[in-house]
Amino acid sequence: MTSYLVRRVTGALVILVIISAITFYLFYAVPRDPARAFCGKICQPETLALIRHNLGMDEPLFVQYWHWLVGIFAGRDFVQFGSCPAPCLGYSFATQEPVFSAIVDRFPVTLSLTLGASVVILAFGILTGMIAAWKVGQPLDKIASSSSVIGASLQIYFVGPLLAFYLVDTMQLIPRPSYVPITENPLDWFTHLLLPWVVLSIIFTANYTRMTRSQMVEQLAEDYVRTARAKGMSSRTVFFRFAWRGAMIPILTIFGVDLATLLGGAIITEQTFSLHGIGELAVRAVQNTDLPMLLGVTIVGAAAIVLLNIVVDVLYAFIDPRVRLS
Amino acid sequence: MTTVSWSGEPGTSRGPGPFLSVRDLSVEFSTEDGIVHAVDGLSFDLEKGTTLGIVGESGSGKSVTNLAILGLHDPAHTKIGGEIWLEDQELISAGRGTMEKLRGNRVAMIFQDPLTALSPFHTIGRQIGEVYRKHKGASKKEARDRAVEMLRRVGIPQPETRVDHYPHEFSGGMRQRAMIAMALVCDPDLLIADEPTTALDVTVQAQILDLLKELQQQFGTAIILITHDLGVVAGTADNVLVMYAGRAAERGTVREVLREPRHPYTWGLLSSMPRLNSSVDVPLKPVRGTPPSLLNPPSGCPFHPRCDYPKLAGPELCFNQRPSVSPETGHGDACYLTLEQKKELRTAQTKDHA
Repeated sequence: MTSYLVRRVTGALVILVIISAITFYLFYAVPRDPARAFCGKICQPETLALIRHNLGMDEPLFVQYWHWLVGIFAGRDFVQFGSCPAPCLGYSFATQEPVFSAIVDRFPVTLSLTLGASVVILAFGILTGMIAAWKVGQPLDKIASSSSVIGASLQIYFVGPLLAFYLVDTMQLIPRPSYVPITENPLDWFTHLLLPWVVLSIIFTANYTRMTRSQMVEQLAEDYVRTARAKGMSSRTVFFRFAWRGAMIPILTIFGVDLATLLGGAIITEQTFSLHGIGELAVRAVQNTDLPMLLGVTIVGAAAIVLLNIVVDVLYAFIDPRVRLS
Repeated sequence: MTTVSWSGEPGTSRGPGPFLSVRDLSVEFSTEDGIVHAVDGLSFDLEKGTTLGIVGESGSGKSVTNLAILGLHDPAHTKIGGEIWLEDQELISAGRGTMEKLRGNRVAMIFQDPLTALSPFHTIGRQIGEVYRKHKGASKKEARDRAVEMLRRVGIPQPETRVDHYPHEFSGGMRQRAMIAMALVCDPDLLIADEPTTALDVTVQAQILDLLKELQQQFGTAIILITHDLGVVAGTADNVLVMYAGRAAERGTVREVLREPRHPYTWGLLSSMPRLNSSVDVPLKPVRGTPPSLLNPPSGCPFHPRCDYPKLAGPELCFNQRPSVSPETGHGDACYLTLEQKKELRTAQTKDHA
């Protein structure tokens, strides 16, 4: 188990280095010069060169990348901003604030949003899928299956304002979405994020309903389920103890893949409800050609996905004894 | 189509008879293409402590018959007719609760592929033990001890440690042994083995069959052995039922059916089997044609499209009328050829072959 984790984390680090290198390169492939933005409207070539030098942009690309990489582990000094202690992701071109602390400030918002939505997706998706599979072919199955198709065709930026209008403004059932740190007031944290969770999970939940249903139906036709029935196990035992275990494995796999999409959905949800999370940083960084911020957000997002995928893989081993982690 | 006939009220007791008696069983599946007549008017008996081998091609209704005995067909898509008596209990009309109590307890089943038939998510010990807990109300500890005992009985070395292993940690033969241990944990009166050795190599196959025989001698279990391997039948069974297109083609003791086969289909099965003592130059003679579609089974004798002798028996009969197994008891077959004709043809055939 320990050696497995060490191996996985090493692999994850390699992936992150590759992702950051690609992002770095892509940013420079874009024909926009961030130094020009600093320089202002009347820009002398000398000033431009000086700004480039101060930002470290006059060095070859791989040297710049190397400095950036080293900065994460050892910190670095900037001519323009002064010393930046490790872990240093540089300073934002746009706001001049340290990228790392900007991300640390906002990360809890996105994390709360993503994890909360995951819980809603898995709980409701699997529950409705199980109900549909239990009552396969009957009215309840048809309701669950068809409402999942409707759910899958909805969009966050459409459902979000609509639900906000009815639930928050008209009926005043829940407070307007915002972020209250969980450490401050868990109840407020919960109620204020409820709507974003629901909106973010609607599309995904539908998928998990359909997947759970089809997986359950498939598992119920498996030989080992027939054996369980031949042993005299009751339908309920067969359904919950045997078929469910098998159905969860592919669902967990898809969930691991969906985490990245979910993070993307979190960005849209943040925009929809004006939550100040990583997504907002990312959108602004792109608009402002803010390389350090963009790199920082990308790498932190990628790290979160890679890390959660390791967690998913470890969960795998708990569900399926055939998966060995050594 | 066979009409369903009820002799007596379903579920009521009846006079002394065979241990297991299947009467005029029919199983139909409704599919998108139509109704599949998987089993059609099948009858057979089985006594305690004996083994009945059921042979036939794929799709001849062997497995379907036995799943019907256990009541494992999906009732939404299946229509079952006829009667199945286990001593004085009728099984087709029995309720779900009755069947759940019966399965794994009085009637147990061993499946063909022990890898897919065992749950990959639970330890062997748990899978064996849960049957015991369910039917005998044993505690966790008792069930585990019983699982160890069963594993020892079926010849698994170090059962105390093996009991906590998962099926994927067992070899193929070990898995089938574990499967047998699971089937026998409640000392069932009837054991249905659905091709128990097909997925195993020959040496393991022999061990498993010996094990079944040994357990039968110890506990007097009745066994139904489904197979398409006549060699397995010859070595293990007391009686044989040859099935074709969901019906009985021939029935009798192993000696009768294998030594003096009467039905042309049985001849075909026997001559398509390689023999150790025959020359390798003589090609095997497969039964020509393909198994019939059970969506529209052939009229008359279901075997007539593949049979060489309808002219001899009278084509009118073979093409239009279903033969039933005659005589009623003992060595019987469902064919319109006379006994003399069969004897002659068979003698000529074996001469050709030798």
